[in-house]
Amino acid sequence: MSLTLDEVRWVAQLARLDLADADLETMTRQLGAIVDYVNQLQQVNTDGVEPLNHALPIHNVFREDEPRPSLPVDAALANAPDRRGDFYAVPAVLD
Amino acid sequence: MIDRTASELLQALNQGETTSEAIAQEFLQIIRNRDSKVKAFLHVNEEDALQQARTVDAKRKRGEPLGALAGIPIAIKDVLCIKGQPTTCGSKILQNFKPPYDATVITRLRDADAILLGKTNMDEFAMGSSTENSAYQTTRNPWDLERIPGGSSGGSAAAVAAGETPLALGSDTGGSIRQPASLCGIVGVKPTYGRVSRFGLVAFASSLDQIGPLAHDVKDAALLLEVIAGHDPLDSTSVNKPVPSYGTVVDQPVRPLTIGVAKEYFSEGLDKEVEQGVRAALKVYEEQGATIKEVSLPNSPHAVAVYYLVATAEASSNLARYDGVHYGYRAKAFTNMIDMYSRTRGEAFGKEVQRRIMLGTYALSSGYKDAYYLKALKVRRLIKDDFDRAFAECDVVMGPTAPTPAFKIGEKADNPLAMYLSDIYTISANLAGIAGISIPCGFTKIGLPIGLQILAAPFEEEKLLRIARMHESKTEWHTKRPKL
Repeated sequence: MSLTLDEVRWVAQLARLDLADADLETMTRQLGAIVDYVNQLQQVNTDGVEPLNHALPIHNVFREDEPRPSLPVDAALANAPDRRGDFYAVPAVLD
Repeated sequence: MIDRTASELLQALNQGETTSEAIAQEFLQIIRNRDSKVKAFLHVNEEDALQQARTVDAKRKRGEPLGALAGIPIAIKDVLCIKGQPTTCGSKILQNFKPPYDATVITRLRDADAILLGKTNMDEFAMGSSTENSAYQTTRNPWDLERIPGGSSGGSAAAVAAGETPLALGSDTGGSIRQPASLCGIVGVKPTYGRVSRFGLVAFASSLDQIGPLAHDVKDAALLLEVIAGHDPLDSTSVNKPVPSYGTVVDQPVRPLTIGVAKEYFSEGLDKEVEQGVRAALKVYEEQGATIKEVSLPNSPHAVAVYYLVATAEASSNLARYDGVHYGYRAKAFTNMIDMYSRTRGEAFGKEVQRRIMLGTYALSSGYKDAYYLKALKVRRLIKDDFDRAFAECDVVMGPTAPTPAFKIGEKADNPLAMYLSDIYTISANLAGIAGISIPCGFTKIGLPIGLQILAAPFEEEKLLRIARMHESKTEWHTKRPKL
C-alpha cells in the first residue's frame, strides 16, 4: 500500500516543494509509513455518515458591502522580498 | 515576585506593594539569568516592555480606570502577529517578517493593560509535539533540561514553568497547549472552537486552531481567557456568544458532579506512573462528592489517523501562501515563477512542515481525496458523536493529557509516527471542537510533571474551569516550581 518514489515526486510537484533526491527517498519511506497507518480508517464503517468539515454549524457570515480603510500601501509592501514602486517584483508570469 | 501567580501580582499592585515597572524588571532579569539554559524566548522586548509598564504605572497614579491584567507580564507564542515585531512561527521562511497589524488577542491584551514581554519558541508552524521542529532553537523542559517541554507551544509552557513570565498565550491544533502544559507542570486551556478570535493567528489548520492561556493555576487561566475570549467581526469563525466572567466564578465548585472516564484512554501505551497520577486525581474528586462513571469513546483510537489527514490537508492549503512573492524568504536562484515557489519552499521550510504539506496534498489529490480526506471527515463526525453521547451522561470527561511524561531531546526525532502518537489523548478535542484543560496532578519518581486532562462540551468553559479549580483547591501540585 506504500507510496512509490514517482508518486512522491508528483506530490512534491503539486505542493511546489523542490526536494533533493536523497530527501525524496527519505520522504517516500516516512510518508509510506504514515499512509499505512492512516489506512486503518478504511476498516471503519461510515455508511450514511456525512463528512464533518467544521465543528461549528456556522453559515456564511457577511457584512454590509461598505468600503472600509485597508492597509496603506507602504505597510502592505513593507515585507516585500523585491519591491519596485508600488509593486511586488516577480519572475514573468506569461511568456 | 516570580513565583507568584498573576492574581497575586494584581493584588500586590492594587495594594501599592509594588509597581508594574518593578515587576517587569524582575521578570526581565529572570529571563536574562535563566533563558540561556531554557531557551523559551525567540525575542524579548526589554525596552518596549518597560515602557508599557511605566505607562500603566502612570495611569494608575492618575487614578484612571485600568484593564483586567494591568501591569501583568505575558509571553506570546511566535505564531501570533504583533505589529512591527518579528513573527517567525519558528520558521526560516518568515525570518524577517514583521506583521503590519496586531492579532485581535493582542489588541485585547493591550486594552487590558497587560505587559507584552516577547515572543516564545515553537515547533515550526505549530507542527510538532516537542518544540524540536523550531528552525531556531530547542527549548528545554525547566524540570529537566535534557528533556523536551512538549509542543508546539513549548516556549510558552517553559517560560511560565521556569518563572520567566506569570502568563503566556499558546495555540492548540491537536494538543499544542495542553500537552506542553502537562509536560511542564502548569495549566493550559484549549477553548471551544470559535470562543477566541483567530484573527492574527498564523493559520495551520483553520477548523482546528484555537488560541488559549498557559498559567501557573486555573484562576490565572480563567482571568486570561476572559480577556481574550469573545466574538470578533474580523474572524468569521468566532462565535457571537457572551463571555461569562470566568475569573469571578472559578472558585465555585460544581455539585453534583459526574465525571466520565473513557476506558479507551487507559490502555496500552499509557505510562504506569502517569496512570497512577491520573487515578489519584480522580480520587481527589471522589472525596469531594463526585461520581465517576465509565464511558466509551469507541472511535478515539482513530483520532490520530483522522487528524493527520484533516489537519495536513488544511495545512497544505494554508501554507500555500508561503511562496516568496509578498513576504518572507525568497530563493536567490530560480529559472521561472514556479521554480521560485518550489525552491523557496524547499529551502526554507523544515522537514516536518514539508512532510505534512506532502501528506495533505496527497490526501486531497485526484483519485485519493475520497479514500483519505472525505473518509477522515466522516470518521471525524463519529468522534464528535462519541463526545455528544458522553456529555449527555457526564459533566466532563477526564483522563491523562499525554501518554508519557516528558521524553528526552532527540528520542523521537527520527520517528514521525511515534511523535504523532504523543497527542493521542488531546487530538479528539480539536476534531470535535470541544473545550479542554490540562492541570498538574503529580510527578513521576524522577520528578517529571504529570497532567490531568478535563474535557467539556462546547462553550462550557465556565463549568470546566470550576471543576478544574476543585482539584487545585485540595492539592498543591500547581504551587511547585523547578529549581533553576
